[in-house]
Amino acid sequence: MIYEGKQKIWSDYQKEIPDDHWYYVRSCIRQNFFPASERMFTEITRNVLGKDMYETPFHTTCGGIAYHADTIPQETVMTIVARQFALMTEAGYENYCPSCITSFGNYAEILETWREFPELEARIRENLWKACRREFNKPKYLAHTSDLIYHWREQIREKAKHLLINRETGEPLRIVEHIGCHYAKMFPHKGVGGAEYPYVLAGMVESWGGEVIDYPERRHCCGYGFRQYHVKANRGYSVSNTHKKFESMEPFHPDAIITNCPGCPYFLDRWQYVIAEQTGKTYGRNGYGIPVFTYEELAGLVLGYDPWDLGLQLHQVAVEPLLDKMGVEYDPKAKYLGLNKEDLMKPEMPSSIKCC
Amino acid sequence: MTDFGFHLSKSSQLDLSRVDRERLNRLYELEPGARICMTCGSCGATCMAAPYSGMSVRKMLLHIERGLDVKPLLSKCMLCGKCTMVCPRGINTRNLILNVCKLYD
Repeated sequence: MIYEGKQKIWSDYQKEIPDDHWYYVRSCIRQNFFPASERMFTEITRNVLGKDMYETPFHTTCGGIAYHADTIPQETVMTIVARQFALMTEAGYENYCPSCITSFGNYAEILETWREFPELEARIRENLWKACRREFNKPKYLAHTSDLIYHWREQIREKAKHLLINRETGEPLRIVEHIGCHYAKMFPHKGVGGAEYPYVLAGMVESWGGEVIDYPERRHCCGYGFRQYHVKANRGYSVSNTHKKFESMEPFHPDAIITNCPGCPYFLDRWQYVIAEQTGKTYGRNGYGIPVFTYEELAGLVLGYDPWDLGLQLHQVAVEPLLDKMGVEYDPKAKYLGLNKEDLMKPEMPSSIKCC
Repeated sequence: MTDFGFHLSKSSQLDLSRVDRERLNRLYELEPGARICMTCGSCGATCMAAPYSGMSVRKMLLHIERGLDVKPLLSKCMLCGKCTMVCPRGINTRNLILNVCKLYD
């Protein structure tokens, strides 16, 4: 191996991430699936790290979910995206960070398309002007929010209250990292580490004391794949993909899974219940599943936030086994209390997977 | 078990290490035409049993090369010989099927 050559290849997959002044846009679905994750991102970046993270209530969907479900044409998506860029320009920002992986892939695809076909960009500018009398500058930097947490991972480590270390044995916790397909599989140079060796989540896990597990189906899709789930007739295909991943990671006994996509944590979490109901099999120890986290939730746990403030009671798979291993204190009676101690009511417990 | 209206699909992953190479090589000796099949599918297109049973010499050969079970396919063949008449490579498919029956049934 020629070391310099390897360094050169690796340098192609590094990205410049400015340290401050970001225009933040939320995901359409994350707040329904894991409601505290995005709030925790703004909490950590603004109040813990002291960064300028601007967002506007006028932001809408990027159109990516409809685009990938084949229901709207790309020019319409481009005009929607042009409006988002116009909002960023009007707010005086030039660094754009979406919370959604599909949005990130969508923005990357559109910026690349405009770079290759400037006449198309001119037509979209015209469309936007006709539609809402707005003009825009393209973002100078585009980063996914997981890129930002990756960028600030050592600052989070410095403020950490709990590390990804087993309190009883002192061993690093074994973590599976799962990257959303739209992060770097479409445009490898847009992601940290490219498509084959994405380092964005592995870097967080290593910085916070955990050990990343390598397993055969590590880069396999979570099973969501839009049409594979949205069309009920295809859901067997969706859950079969997830099943394949879990069968592959099971021999390595992971303590938790960390993800950076809206769909992946949802499907890796909920499908464990479905697989348990259909086959009776669970993948954690003692009848539990493998807890699945977003990177904001894991960062929140590392920083010492209350697990129920992080919304972990809304996970299907119980998170308590990991909290116990990390030594995170929590009140089991407060699990189903929402904001202002409002009773969220205890859900019906499944028969095949333990949920505490 | 809960019925969600959808189910886990059987894995379609192929394990080529499970292919019985000894029997496959013996088949090549008995009917060398098995080596020159270009999987065009003419045999399946003309097979009288295909529309009702899924039988096809092409499918049978691919099953053997991938280590999959061919017994369900073999029982569907009526040995009519139409596949032999249309094969562009001139493979004696009837002899091929009879030898597959000897080796794999």
